Amino acid sequence: MTTRLLEIENLNVRLAAGRAARPILDGVSLHVERGEAVGLVGESGSGKSVTCRSVLGLLPEGSQAAGSLRVDGEDILTMSSNRLRELRRRDVSMIFQDPRASINPIRRIGDFVTEGMRAGGVPQKDALKRAEELLESVGIREPRAALRSYPHEFSGGMLQRVMIAGALAGGPRLLLADEPTTALDVTTQAEVISIITRLQAERDMGMLFVTHDLELAAAICDRIYVMYAGRIVEAQSAERLFRRPRHPYTSGLLAATPRLESDQPPHGVPGRPVSLAEAPDGCAFAARCAHARPGCTEDEPVQREIDGAQVACLRAEELIHD
Amino acid sequence: MAGFLLRRIGGIAVTLVVTSFLVFGSVHLAPGDPASFLLGGRSASPAAVAAIKEQYHLNDPFLVQYTKWVGGVVTGDFGKSATFRQDVGGLIAARLPTTLLLIGYAGVLILIGGLASGALAALRRGVVDRAVLVGTGVATATPSFVAAIGLISVFAVRLGWFPAFGNGEGFGDRIYHLTLPAAALALTFVGLLARVTRTSMLEELGREHVEVARSRGVPGSDVVRRHVLRNALGPITTVTGTIVAGLLVATSIVETAFGLSGVGQLLVSSVTVKDFPVVQAVSLLVVVTFVVANLIVDLVQPLIDPRLSHAKGGTR
Repeated sequence: MTTRLLEIENLNVRLAAGRAARPILDGVSLHVERGEAVGLVGESGSGKSVTCRSVLGLLPEGSQAAGSLRVDGEDILTMSSNRLRELRRRDVSMIFQDPRASINPIRRIGDFVTEGMRAGGVPQKDALKRAEELLESVGIREPRAALRSYPHEFSGGMLQRVMIAGALAGGPRLLLADEPTTALDVTTQAEVISIITRLQAERDMGMLFVTHDLELAAAICDRIYVMYAGRIVEAQSAERLFRRPRHPYTSGLLAATPRLESDQPPHGVPGRPVSLAEAPDGCAFAARCAHARPGCTEDEPVQREIDGAQVACLRAEELIHD
Repeated sequence: MAGFLLRRIGGIAVTLVVTSFLVFGSVHLAPGDPASFLLGGRSASPAAVAAIKEQYHLNDPFLVQYTKWVGGVVTGDFGKSATFRQDVGGLIAARLPTTLLLIGYAGVLILIGGLASGALAALRRGVVDRAVLVGTGVATATPSFVAAIGLISVFAVRLGWFPAFGNGEGFGDRIYHLTLPAAALALTFVGLLARVTRTSMLEELGREHVEVARSRGVPGSDVVRRHVLRNALGPITTVTGTIVAGLLVATSIVETAFGLSGVGQLLVSSVTVKDFPVVQAVSLLVVVTFVVANLIVDLVQPLIDPRLSHAKGGTR
């Protein structure tokens, strides 16, 4: 068996020490194959961003992680800091949510795009040449002039393209996207998404795409993981998840999506999302679930496979959500 | 950019006119007759008093006196000192090198000490941070004459490492003589700069782009230099401008304590004997330094943060 591009097994993260001590992730397992686009979907506070950032070894300050987190078989959690830097420069890179905050406002665009390459020892001239090609590939006109511009001279959408160019600079095999379109307006979102998916396919990169938008994830991803309160509650192929969600939370999310073609108003999931720290015994979703039974609040449901889907719901076998 | 510069220079001109008026007028607000100050309390013949009044234009109306003084200042003539019987311009020029050297020396100490301890505190939270905070608190709260006395007693008297008095001959010897005065002068300001550096760097450390830089495999020292320190330079530059002007004022105490013949000491001795042409000229020099230092800070800021550029920039 060949090693997977990304394999997270039973990842537990908790904030240690002091009053803020609390668990954040509980037994998260997921994988991304080479060239595969994988969605990680959940509401805010579900732990999807923490999971995504942990792949780069960016854990919250003062937290402890247990489990394993392997990129091409190498465990991030036990890696030397030198190797981790190299991995960040070359193998894995991330597109962050808000380009305005993520790109140093007082340095030039060229400095941002070439930064990782320069840290890896690429000569300035070669790095700038490569940066120009990258900016062109994300659809920035006059890339040479752009290299000398400053972030405040760009719109949010253009700046997110710069961010993508910067993420691709090291030629990564795994691309992490942490809600890359949330900070953008709707028309720009579509453009940025199409750039990301095109480049992901062209360069045969694996991608972990984090979003709260299930429809968006289904549109661009091969498989989708759904997270709730620091745990993965369901995983299956995007197409089947959309057609036949197995977890009541997933079907709740799908029903909450407003639809143009339907006269029916969307149904929100009742209650508010909880974090892992607040989650009661048993299934964290039980309090908001229309199908909850007394047993749901006793034992944490075990994740198991049903018809090719991974589901963590006590009643997954009996419930069919259409 | 040119428009900005013109507006700033216009503002500076107004500032200078107003302050020169205040500086000149303050002598007339002081109780007593300027002529008797000039005579230094000696009794003189009416003819001598009349001659003094004639020389310093004291018989003219106030505005005429002011205009004559300003006219002289513009051409570099600050009048004659009553005690030294010399041109004020020459008096100041002779003492300026010592004072400038002292300020430069103290400035270097402040920049190195302030930036280093501020950065250290920001990057090493915990014991180091607290130690720096306490240390800079003490440093800021120590008046320079107390620092001067302490430094003299330890390094000049007890250890005998540095001279406690005099200017020295030749560059190396002057630097050697200026070490303790520069340290005494720098102490207060090191604390100030360290605190500004610490606060400013902590603010930048929490920014998203710093984490992004780390996530891209940039080594920690480069992240600190290019994203934290670099971005923290704005407030640091602003406070440095104020410090430069403050140093000129603070030299009066330190130069007196260490017996250095510089501009500061000239100011103190002239105030004591009410040698008002000298007091006026030195006060004006302080104002000009302050204004120029701030102008330089304003011109440097856009180089630090391009968003503050005075040129019009559009959005792509």
